[in-house]
Amino acid sequence: MVLKLKIWRQEQGQKDGRFESYVLEELSSDMSFLEMLDQLNENLVKKKKVPVAFDHDCREGICGSCSLVINGNPHGPHTGSAVCQLHLRSFKDREEVWVEPFRAKAFPVIQDLIVDRSSLDRIIQSGGYISVNTGSAPEAHSIPVEKGKAEEAFSNAACIGCGACVAVCKNASASLFVSAKLSHLNLLPQGQAEKKSRALRMVGQMEKEGFGACTNTGACSRACPKEISLRSIARMNREYLKAYLSSD
Amino acid sequence: MKKFFLFSIGQKYLMGVTGLGLAFFVLAHMLGNLLIFAGDKAYNLYMHQMVNMKASVIVQTGLLTAFLLHIILALILGVKNYFSRSEKYARQASGWKATAWYQKTLIAQGAVILVFVILHLITFKFGAHYEVVYEGKTVRNLFQLVIEVFQKPVMVIWYLIALLILFVHLFHGLSSSFQSLGLSHPRFDSWIKKLSLGYAVFVTVGYISLPIYVFFFV
Repeated sequence: MVLKLKIWRQEQGQKDGRFESYVLEELSSDMSFLEMLDQLNENLVKKKKVPVAFDHDCREGICGSCSLVINGNPHGPHTGSAVCQLHLRSFKDREEVWVEPFRAKAFPVIQDLIVDRSSLDRIIQSGGYISVNTGSAPEAHSIPVEKGKAEEAFSNAACIGCGACVAVCKNASASLFVSAKLSHLNLLPQGQAEKKSRALRMVGQMEKEGFGACTNTGACSRACPKEISLRSIARMNREYLKAYLSSD
Repeated sequence: MKKFFLFSIGQKYLMGVTGLGLAFFVLAHMLGNLLIFAGDKAYNLYMHQMVNMKASVIVQTGLLTAFLLHIILALILGVKNYFSRSEKYARQASGWKATAWYQKTLIAQGAVILVFVILHLITFKFGAHYEVVYEGKTVRNLFQLVIEVFQKPVMVIWYLIALLILFVHLFHGLSSSFQSLGLSHPRFDSWIKKLSLGYAVFVTVGYISLPIYVFFFV
């Protein structure tokens, strides 16, 4: 099959970029989208041109590295999956495909399709941790966890921190990411020690990084490769108010 | 508490509370309006009582405060949200990942509603002053003004447009308020959505019935 690509090219250190057109022929519909980009890069290298920079690592949907917006959709047209799990059979022959980086003020473009998502790391550093005693690891079964809470915490722990929620949100809000991380730890007994300070700090850091506010459109949850529920955001709002009212 | 409202979550709390307050007002106002079907006397006496009751000043001050806060917060959040994405996308999300048009245009809807409210106050509250006497008591004849206004096709069409915009604003705003206030639970989430839709439909149909009734049947 043939694809007509429009790819965002932005040199490192430059503030602006532009779309460049590439036509790839003789593609297999069984190729993954990232393999197609690999092929494009091989062609570019052969022509002594600069290959397209894009983030990728595990290529099985669990690392959260890939970060492409394809025809306006973060991670492409499918739901519940990352762009590394997208295959060319999802496109029509001779289709025009626009590839852009995740766009947000808090995600500055480093080069081409690679964005700097360390704002998410700083949010984690601010409160996404638990206190544990040093020494030998405790017996896992010694802390009982209620079944429902364990399930809910696990659903939130599934967040791979890719930032698709920010990318798709009309306000570039990181609410779904922050609420998933907060829910994961605040629901479990191990996370109780820092429960309040976590809510205050993570929300405070989110605000500092320049993400937008939540309008409750739900686009984040629909674009999330792990399908994190919007309910987590309501929990974050609740936990933040509770922590604010009862903090010293 | 000052810092709480400097953060967007705090601002959204206030947005939700003022929104719910205003949503309650539009329901109460709509129910009062329905008295038009009971005839001029019931309608005029009710409106007279509303305007002249002791709590009237308190209710009006509360309403104005909620309305202004809702607008100011919308502008603050709107500016923040606008600048949180410096470079716009060349293509918009489509299908399941897209954001609904009525969720993208909340500020524009609010602006139309603001213009509507101002014109509505000019037309009715500060409009032509007719009087009528019931059992020796002189009251304002708002009924006559309503009949006059809604016999003009332009006014009927403008009210229909504004009320449909109020409908989409209410539909998103109500369920969104609950979410902003942290009220979400698997047990009642689907009910919040249904109730928001039902509330918005009920309020809008109630309001629309007035100009339609006057235009076609009076």
